[in-house]
Amino acid sequence: MARFFRTFPLIAALAVLLVFPMFGQIFYTELVAKTLILAIFAMSLDLLVGYTGLVSFGHAAYFGIAAYTVALLTPAGAVNSIWWILPVSVLAAALAALVIGVFVLRTKGIYFIMVTLAFAQMAFFLFHDTDLGGGSDGIFLNSKPTAHLFGHEILTFENPTHIYYLVLALTIFVYLSLRWLLKTSFGHILIGIRSNEHRMVAMGYNTFNYKLAIFTMAGGLAGLAGFLQVLLTGFVTPEMLAWHQSGNVLLVVILGGIGTLIGPVLGAFTFVALQEFAQGLVDRWQLVMGIFVILVVFALPGGLAAIPARVRRRLVKGAQHD
Amino acid sequence: MTERHREVFLEARSLSRHFGGLAANSNVSVTLRRGEIHALLGPNGAGKSTFINMLSGDLPPSSGTILLKGEDVSGLPAHRRSRIGIGRSFQRTNIFPTFSVQENCVLAAQSRQQQPGKIFRPPLHNQAVVDRSHEVMALTGLAHCGSQIAGTLSHGEQRQLEIAMVLATNPIVLLLDEPLAGMGADESSRMVDLLARLRRDHAILLVEHDMDAVFALADVITVLVNGELLESGPPAQIKASPAVRSAYLGEDEEIDHV
Ligand SMILES: Nc1ncnc2c1ncn2[C@@H]1O[C@H](COP(=O)(O)OP(=O)(O)OP(=O)(O)O)[C@@H](O)[C@H]1O
Ligand SMILES: [Mg+2]
Repeated sequence: MARFFRTFPLIAALAVLLVFPMFGQIFYTELVAKTLILAIFAMSLDLLVGYTGLVSFGHAAYFGIAAYTVALLTPAGAVNSIWWILPVSVLAAALAALVIGVFVLRTKGIYFIMVTLAFAQMAFFLFHDTDLGGGSDGIFLNSKPTAHLFGHEILTFENPTHIYYLVLALTIFVYLSLRWLLKTSFGHILIGIRSNEHRMVAMGYNTFNYKLAIFTMAGGLAGLAGFLQVLLTGFVTPEMLAWHQSGNVLLVVILGGIGTLIGPVLGAFTFVALQEFAQGLVDRWQLVMGIFVILVVFALPGGLAAIPARVRRRLVKGAQHD
Repeated sequence: MTERHREVFLEARSLSRHFGGLAANSNVSVTLRRGEIHALLGPNGAGKSTFINMLSGDLPPSSGTILLKGEDVSGLPAHRRSRIGIGRSFQRTNIFPTFSVQENCVLAAQSRQQQPGKIFRPPLHNQAVVDRSHEVMALTGLAHCGSQIAGTLSHGEQRQLEIAMVLATNPIVLLLDEPLAGMGADESSRMVDLLARLRRDHAILLVEHDMDAVFALADVITVLVNGELLESGPPAQIKASPAVRSAYLGEDEEIDHV
């Protein structure tokens, strides 16, 4: 029964997402796709922040590096297949994370936050201040990749609905894969590192290797989100790597609930909804967002993902009083 | 068996460690043999934990060498020392409070099986690791509370878990920093029994303030004062030593009543 109540909302939400493009306008289909991309991005960051205790403040770098990889590997006239451009852009982001991880993972606490930020800013300025990727204006994607299977074109990415379904499928895939990963011994080792790294070392774990592995994976997943973002919008800008972006995705994780997988998804929907709502209301929508985040942090430690447990506890308490 | 015949597992040769101007350890040499419990005594701040930290790799020594079965391991990082058989427990309980008792033991036992084929599976699907967790829970008297969340255990039970986790890593050398501190009488006597049984296959360094336990268990005693080795020898010699008596002035009673 408890299991039913936990999975029913998920199934219902999934059903709504599956039929959503058939009813809404294209604008909303694209908005939800953008939200799901943010959800993947946030889940990847939560692997570091929530599960391993590594507060990265430069996670946008990997998002942006994958996006630029797609744009730079698509010269005018070229048409790429998604079967190689997707893995290549994900691997580029993972490789960047591997190299940067070797340096940043030697630091701890506040230093880790600052060094991840510093590396991301370097990547930002590389694209912002050089002609490599169109400078501060960014560049348009010359052509969207194609997706053929057995000679048939199965998806056309000129069609936002097709992108939507690809994004939805990948969101589900990432969610389920991470759920599995975190239940393996590897996942427990990560949680052990977050909880008590000193004891993990004393028990014989080379924690650096595990942190590097998850940092690389998280970078690759952020890269997947970056790939999907270019696929959706058709252009890249240095803003994709900027620290605002790193900050926003951190906010999404905090809003939704650190150390849960559903949290980043809930956080992404809340973040985008709030952004749309507040943007229409006032010029300074960040102010509204800031107030909301402060409210959540104080009123709901554990984020939005903690609401069901709190409600359940209330109900149980109420029943006992009756 | 005489001392001479027992196999030397760990040898510390004139280890020193300074913290700024403070000499926490000066030229301390200790030999740990299989089949022996070697007690390390000394007043608060004598440098006992510092000594364990150097052997376990948590603290680099300022000078001196550490040999495991004759091989120099002074340069190895802490995780490597654990993997070659040097296991330690902590004076201040150092467990994973949000994991269950069994999950704590499983995580410890898993450290011996880190092959990719073994860690990308649910922890409870690894039979060898699960078996080891049951063994150490039974040894330390925690078999009845495997599914309890470690943070909710009593202080004494957390101390038992602390030892269970060290044993789960299958060490040959045990460095135990006040394992009995905070245990009730029952828990304490069970732990003393366990240590007596572990002596057979392990070399044990025991830091302990409970003199009854020390004199019941120790084959050799070394006394540290202000980071310096005051005296080392069999319990009878230490008990009779005037130097030790004067260093422990005020704690005389404790030694006398044994
Ligand atoms: N990391 C450190 N930095 C500076 N000083 C330290 C450090 N660790 C220990 N000390 C100092 O070294 C001395 C020895 O400390 P240590 O913890 O080894 O003593 P101990 O014999 O274990 O004492 P206790 O019986 O209280 O546990 C103390 O004066 C302590 O303050
Ligand atoms: Mg101590």
